[in-house]
Amino acid sequence: MADVTITVDGKKITAPAGTLLIEVCKGAGIEIPAFCYYPGLSLQAACRMCVVRQEKVPKLQTACTTQVAEGQVFFTDTPEVIQSRKAMLQMILANHPLDCPVCDAGGECELQDMSFKYGVADSFFAEPKNHREEQKWSPVVYFDRPRCILCYRCVRVCGEGMDDFALGVQNRNSSSIIAPNVPAHLSGVVENGVELAQLDCEQCGMCIDVCPVGALTSGTYRYKTRPWEMNHVATICTHCGDGCKTTLGVRSTSDGSEIVRGDNRDKSGINGDFLCNKGRYAFDFANSTERITQPLVRQANGEMKAVSWEEALSYVGKKLAQLRDSRGGKSIGVIGGNRLTNEEAYLLQKFARSVLQTNNIDHHRTADYVAFAQALAGTTDRTASLRDTLTAKAVLMVGGDPTNQNPATAWNLRTAVRLNGAKLYIANTAEIKLRRQAKAFLHVSEFGYGALVAYLTGDDSSASSAVADVNALSSFRDAIKAEENPLILIGSELRGAELKHLIDFGLAIPGAKFALLGDYANSRGAADMGLLPDMLPGYSRIGPIETQPFDSKTAMEFAAPTEQGLDMLEIFDAAAAGDLSALYVVGSNPIARYGVDPASLRNTFVVVQEMFLTETAALADVILPAANLYEKSGSVTNSYGDLQQVKKAADRAGVRTDFEMIVRIADKMGADVRKLVPFGTGVRADMGQTRGAQSGEADRHAVWLTANNLEPRLSPFDPYAILDEIQRLVPGYGLMRLQLLSGNDQHLSPSATAVTDNNGLCQISNRRDLILPSNDTLFTSGTLGRYSAMLSDLRQNEALRRLPQTDQTAAD
Amino acid sequence: MSTITNTIFSPELAERFDKLVTIYPVRRSALIPMLLYAQDEVGYVSEAVIQEIAKRLDLFDLEVRSVLSYYSMLRTKPAGKYNIQVCTNISCMLRGGYEILDHCKSKLGIGHKQTTADGQFSLEEVECIGACCWAPAMQVNYDFHEDLTPAKVDEILAGYSDGKGAK
Ligand code: SF4
Ligand code: SF4
Ligand code: SF4
Ligand code: FES
Ligand code: FES
Repeated sequence: MADVTITVDGKKITAPAGTLLIEVCKGAGIEIPAFCYYPGLSLQAACRMCVVRQEKVPKLQTACTTQVAEGQVFFTDTPEVIQSRKAMLQMILANHPLDCPVCDAGGECELQDMSFKYGVADSFFAEPKNHREEQKWSPVVYFDRPRCILCYRCVRVCGEGMDDFALGVQNRNSSSIIAPNVPAHLSGVVENGVELAQLDCEQCGMCIDVCPVGALTSGTYRYKTRPWEMNHVATICTHCGDGCKTTLGVRSTSDGSEIVRGDNRDKSGINGDFLCNKGRYAFDFANSTERITQPLVRQANGEMKAVSWEEALSYVGKKLAQLRDSRGGKSIGVIGGNRLTNEEAYLLQKFARSVLQTNNIDHHRTADYVAFAQALAGTTDRTASLRDTLTAKAVLMVGGDPTNQNPATAWNLRTAVRLNGAKLYIANTAEIKLRRQAKAFLHVSEFGYGALVAYLTGDDSSASSAVADVNALSSFRDAIKAEENPLILIGSELRGAELKHLIDFGLAIPGAKFALLGDYANSRGAADMGLLPDMLPGYSRIGPIETQPFDSKTAMEFAAPTEQGLDMLEIFDAAAAGDLSALYVVGSNPIARYGVDPASLRNTFVVVQEMFLTETAALADVILPAANLYEKSGSVTNSYGDLQQVKKAADRAGVRTDFEMIVRIADKMGADVRKLVPFGTGVRADMGQTRGAQSGEADRHAVWLTANNLEPRLSPFDPYAILDEIQRLVPGYGLMRLQLLSGNDQHLSPSATAVTDNNGLCQISNRRDLILPSNDTLFTSGTLGRYSAMLSDLRQNEALRRLPQTDQTAAD
Repeated sequence: MSTITNTIFSPELAERFDKLVTIYPVRRSALIPMLLYAQDEVGYVSEAVIQEIAKRLDLFDLEVRSVLSYYSMLRTKPAGKYNIQVCTNISCMLRGGYEILDHCKSKLGIGHKQTTADGQFSLEEVECIGACCWAPAMQVNYDFHEDLTPAKVDEILAGYSDGKGAK
């Protein structure tokens, strides 16, 4: 809209006509207090804190609902305005308890801030305060009614943002109350003879997040500590493939530091406002008492014995070197994880290829990123960032269930539909919840994706195998083809040829961008970094050097065997046949995931780096206790190819990062560690000179040095030393350091070599189970999720879901 | 529109509701009249009423509950056969509304929002019922009784007890 000029407190401000005054003022650095206003949610004008005086208008106006127009004049700071805000605060405080000393929000509370600012220490209300006991609505959502200031942010974020409509407002006036969707008399939950109202919802905690006070509190964090007693570290959620930034609140303990809170404190991440229950609560596995904290080595009698690190590492090194030398690198298998950092994944494959001399390396592939990269080979600007899901005007979603598997994607899509009128087209075999936002929903027949894709690419004869209702098909196809720059999101159930053909279909639409939704923090990174038997980092096919494309620097530098290795399934087949001398598993649980018969590993020397005694660790000859993603630094790449920085938040005595363990094992095998991790390069050391007075603050000079690759990597355990190499060698990873180091996301596109023969793809269509979508729900997260007490509480809670899942929709 | 099989309402009311939802620009505008009609037929807004109305209007049960709880004339528990609503708002108060209320309380042995053991009478203190000119006033179900005195109240209550119904 056209720009208009208004005057606020004597200052001329120009903004597009119709912008909300409160936003205009924010942009101009004029602070207007607001409790009920929340950007992106519907306007409520309930709290009246944002009142301002507008010239020629008889009453004070609410800045959160006033749209600016040419020539308006406002005053935001007059005694009248201040008096009015003060009076509103007194009303709000009439029933508000003096809870600040124990309230979770104390120190981070908008009501405290406002009371402090406007100085409303005295009250005209002599009436006793309306008190109610706090209520537990679910394992993670608690409600402290007297603290509620009735801003209705929670109601709106749950309805509009989450499409859950699990919170409502009941009664009226000073007895108004926020009510959850399962009333006490229907909940069946009785405590001390009292029936309790319950929340039947997705448990995302967004309501807690937006609550300006401490009325809604989190089951994991409540009454644990005070905000100022924690250190806050912004890192990346370890759970799904969306890669949200989560800020972990950590506190020292006797054996390291524990995570007490996960939240979305500064909203600076790729996820904007959003965080789902896993990013918010499911960090508790890190604090679990079941963690392994000492290296364990199996003794002759079969028992595991705790030994020193030195002993364990020497044993592993000696044994692996000996097996490599006696039975050949080809007899060794390596399996990496989906929650390792890029640096660790890269280092692991480099170690496998150059030190163990094997290409038998794989990981649990939750989606077919190989086919994805190959299908997009040679294209530019065709991969979508998670950020695009918020701004796209049209989105085609084939397969997948973002509500359950990629909650941030689902949040963005709902927001795009709600705020930007984005058109969402969904084709799915299940009636996924997102269809409620869809412009068109195509119910695909079971196993019908192949036929659907064939139909989309022009094979009309496959219509009847794609859907039951054939009539809907052609208009669906036409509608998508008519869209400009659509986003095409693909669920992990599409693999191999199906996936490729869908991408081929999309490539014909101008400006279409793609994303393949996998699971876990670094599933995409694991594939990009070459935890694959047939691909080097950046998807360049393994083979004799002369067959490599001219730009495969990786192949030039790697002393990797030139024959393709065994994939995940073949590794275990080899074990069963007695051909696998050793198996090195780093952060993965293939035994459970792929249903491997434990007996097949009888004659294999198994080394496992793990946090817990998983099914795989239980078979190990050596278990090395590992740190998790919240206890290390590095980078991860989400499903979309957005690279983000992981920062070390917590610490646990006795464990080591996978990075360090790989390096130490290589060292014990007699490898040249300097070749494995190029440390000791760089030209200028910052030995802390820039800190001093600024200690504790962001050390800008050091960041700059690191960003410009001038900081010497002083240790072989420095992940940035490997990042240097990744940046130099891996196609598609030409990243911007400063962007990474300042905690921002950046989008990378894989750059695979095109598949000229069909070998790359057919392997996958023959052996679908090699790509094993994890199908996690909101309350599961692979093996790791089993060790989160909060997730298991939520699973139990979910099993009691009380409301019939009906088709009820929002009224308008 | 959701089709309702096995409605809990009488065929007449069900038909009325089918029509009602079509006459507003937004379906959910029919919510309050539906709640009132349903309350008249069923006696109160039961869980079944909430669920069926939510279904008819494509609302969440929670939204129906939210609206329901806002209005004091909607109730979620059965009232007596005769629901007595005594006004104590300004005009009635000035002309003895509280006396009438107290008289009802002692006569019936029940308080605000309570029901007699035999289920005959229930009592409510309400705000202005629009009969100020004839204050003090009370409403029994849909009948108005005006210019009340305790003696007149006795007569009226006796009338209802005898099953005479309307005034
Ligand atoms: S936790 Fe999420 S889904 Fe549940 S009530 Fe709060 S906002 Fe709604
Ligand atoms: S619970 Fe919090 S967010 Fe919800 S209305 Fe009350 S103060 Fe606002
Ligand atoms: S949406 Fe995914 S990445 Fe984001 S918080 Fe949830 S599990 Fe973590
Ligand atoms: S922020 Fe404007 S009325 Fe609440
Ligand atoms: S005040 Fe009693 S009827 Fe109006």
